[in-house]
Amino acid sequence: MILSLVLVTAATAGAIEPASTGFTLNSLCPPSFEKTEAGVCELRTLYQFYDSLEGRGVGGTRTALPPHRDGFTPQQIDLGRYLFFDPVLSGDGTLSCASCHDPARGLSDGRPRSIGIHGADAGRAAPTLWNVAFLKRFFWDARADSLEAQASGPLYSQKEMGNTPARLLASLNGNATYRRLFQETFPAGRGKITEQEVFTALTAFQTSLVSLNSRYDRYVHGYDAALSEREIEGLNVFRSFVARCSECHTPPLFTNEQIAVIGMPEPPGMPFDVGAEKTFGSPKLKGGFKVPTLRNITRTAPYSHDGAFSNLRAAVDFYNKGRGNAVPQGMHLYLHWHISDPNLTEAEVDRIVDFLGALTDETFLPQEPARVPSGLALN
Amino acid sequence: MKKKLFLGLLGVALVFVAGAFYGRVSKQDVVISSSTGGASYAGGFKTDAAAPAGGIRSVAGPAPTNIVVVKDGESIQSAIKAAPKGTIIRVMPGTYHETVYVDKDDIRIIGVIEKGRRAVLDGEKKLNDAILYSGNNFVAENLEIRNYKGNGIMGQAGNNFEIRNNVIVDSGVYGIFPQLGQNGIVEHNVVSKIADAAIYIGMSDNILVAHNDVFDSVAGIEIENSRHAIVEHNYVHNNSGGLLAFVTPGLPIKDTVDVIFRKNFVVGNNHVNFGAKGSTVAGIPAGTGILVMAADDVVIEGNVISDNKVAGVIITDHAHASNITIDPESDPNSDRVKILENVMLNNGYDTITEAKALALADGIMTVKNLDIVRVGPSPGSCIINRHQYLTVGVGDFADCEFTNTASTVNYLLPPVPPREIKPGERGKVVFLGICSGCHIYNGRMIGPPIQAIQALYLDNPQGLADYIAKPVKKREDYPEMPPQDYLDPETRLAVAQYMLQVTN
Repeated sequence: MILSLVLVTAATAGAIEPASTGFTLNSLCPPSFEKTEAGVCELRTLYQFYDSLEGRGVGGTRTALPPHRDGFTPQQIDLGRYLFFDPVLSGDGTLSCASCHDPARGLSDGRPRSIGIHGADAGRAAPTLWNVAFLKRFFWDARADSLEAQASGPLYSQKEMGNTPARLLASLNGNATYRRLFQETFPAGRGKITEQEVFTALTAFQTSLVSLNSRYDRYVHGYDAALSEREIEGLNVFRSFVARCSECHTPPLFTNEQIAVIGMPEPPGMPFDVGAEKTFGSPKLKGGFKVPTLRNITRTAPYSHDGAFSNLRAAVDFYNKGRGNAVPQGMHLYLHWHISDPNLTEAEVDRIVDFLGALTDETFLPQEPARVPSGLALN
Repeated sequence: MKKKLFLGLLGVALVFVAGAFYGRVSKQDVVISSSTGGASYAGGFKTDAAAPAGGIRSVAGPAPTNIVVVKDGESIQSAIKAAPKGTIIRVMPGTYHETVYVDKDDIRIIGVIEKGRRAVLDGEKKLNDAILYSGNNFVAENLEIRNYKGNGIMGQAGNNFEIRNNVIVDSGVYGIFPQLGQNGIVEHNVVSKIADAAIYIGMSDNILVAHNDVFDSVAGIEIENSRHAIVEHNYVHNNSGGLLAFVTPGLPIKDTVDVIFRKNFVVGNNHVNFGAKGSTVAGIPAGTGILVMAADDVVIEGNVISDNKVAGVIITDHAHASNITIDPESDPNSDRVKILENVMLNNGYDTITEAKALALADGIMTVKNLDIVRVGPSPGSCIINRHQYLTVGVGDFADCEFTNTASTVNYLLPPVPPREIKPGERGKVVFLGICSGCHIYNGRMIGPPIQAIQALYLDNPQGLADYIAKPVKKREDYPEMPPQDYLDPETRLAVAQYMLQVTN
């Protein structure tokens, strides 16, 4: 979609700066979105032809997706893309959102725990951003309930991007190109760029990150040959009540978005992470984390909230080692009732891993801009 | 095991003793209601669909005419794989060692019983599940299922299902487990020796569970995080707990509402609890007839509830179940329980310490029998003919304004038809959802612009549909297109027609 802009010179009506800055916003919706008569982008997918119980978007194969965010303008989405890749969002101009949500690494960063400003250990792993449009809770400990609310977390954390609201707005308002692009995107806005506009644009971009065309999806929509024999075996172990994977990693998104206390290990030397206990003020949720999606999971090693597992097989095998196998001695956790002692065979563990490979789809990977309005180096 | 669920009871009992909970221990006036007359419970479900007289007895739609026969020594799954949707798989008597999965619609697996010989699915304690289905309008009948480790029959989101006349023995965690489905019937099954619930309705709506014989399991029939379920005419005996209406915290669907337990035999559910460590049912005190936990609008009517040693009926909340986590989105209390006329005999003859403490708080010094125990808030609840039962904690229940559920035949719906999708709509969605990743109207992406494609195929949508199934390299400066043969021919034609008429 971005390549097209090189050919189709977009009009820059209302631009304050000369067009020579070269930054124009796409007037087309991203793939999988339809531009409505109102000029906003709405998601279209084959899953819209299905239903789900109580409209919750959890179930089996031909089950509708959960309610989602869309309806942003193409300009909001494309402005969000520039912001997402621009290190100007960090306190020292070295980190962008894409530093930890890298399109080349499954919109994650390939690290056990993310590395923030000045090399700080961010404490937890960067979750993938694929299909965040469908989520209602954000962060591993579910402490934000919208993408807009989530955005301020990493931006202003001194262990992540290390910025402040004042400095963020000063650097954006001090940039003529951003002033022009925000004015074009938010024509009703008066004067200075606001924090809310920044959050809206980042949200708009992130809701365009849709992955629903994996081989698994082709199987769902009726093409039996999309999965190999081994993958179907894996699917059947995955949804069996011995392994119980799909009870929490429930199709079609492969998450039921609940908090689950699993009792995964911390890496050596790391303190126990209480997770959602803090968010909800409930000791019964000690060590609870949001169930992550498994779509594009092969792209986002290492695994778990702290990167305890270097590969997918090790993560699956953790569950097979039995209920509570990594709970620190003397600690009581209200482990999820589905954490059991499945005693899967080695072959069954392998088949689950095979099946998870069929959940990969990066056809709508976002295009990294060649350069960003701040002029800072991309990382 | 029984300690677990009721650890919290003792604390409440002490409050009772202190007199802080009720200010009174007074004799109720006897109000005698007849269940054969009087007002009928209106139920909690309304539908516009007209039900036939006598109610709906079938939900899977008309039986398919395509029939495939599977004989002993053949594979049921091979037959399902080869079958188009809309097929009856007729399984002859014999023994089948396989896991059967059904991801297409309108498949019926019907066993043939010859002089008592059934089609037996035997997992030999090696296989996980006997039958997994996600297709709609699924039917499983006349099968015998043994020795699986996971489930006998498990559904994930299939609607309009019918599971009947099956014998399921020692087949893992659940015998029959439809999950996330709407409109289903589970009837005339004989299910035993199951390590959790013999019949488990999980996160489902509009359900009828009737005429089943369930025994020797940890839980008999469990309705969990589900709405509009009727459980009637079942024989539920020698389980640890008989009938359960639960809200389990931490599930994506948050409530259980409108469950009618009526005309069941709930007898001698005193089996030692062999639930797996950590499972919710491991906390059920062995000897419980009916257990209501955090479910709303549960009606208990016309049951014979006898010889359950802890209690005939226990009503509790999440706070008093110490092995239960919390869910900020779930209401933890059992609201509006309605106990109508039941026959209760010889329950609670060997009850748990915590129940005795509660009884003491209600002024009962020595507990010889106990029919109904309520602990935790249960606002809006009611009971009729309370004087017949030995109860604790129901003193604040009102008298119900109705005496029966006769006006509610069942909550089943006519088969919910698949949503009709017009070819044009399908073509557009496939184009946007798949093709638009590589093609836009008048610019270059990964593939050529649609304008260029229109110039080539303007009057030939079939030609374009054929091309996308089997593309060949046409343009030196573009990568070769991957085949889209996973789309069926009608969908390929629909998307071709859509592409050829777009104008921007």
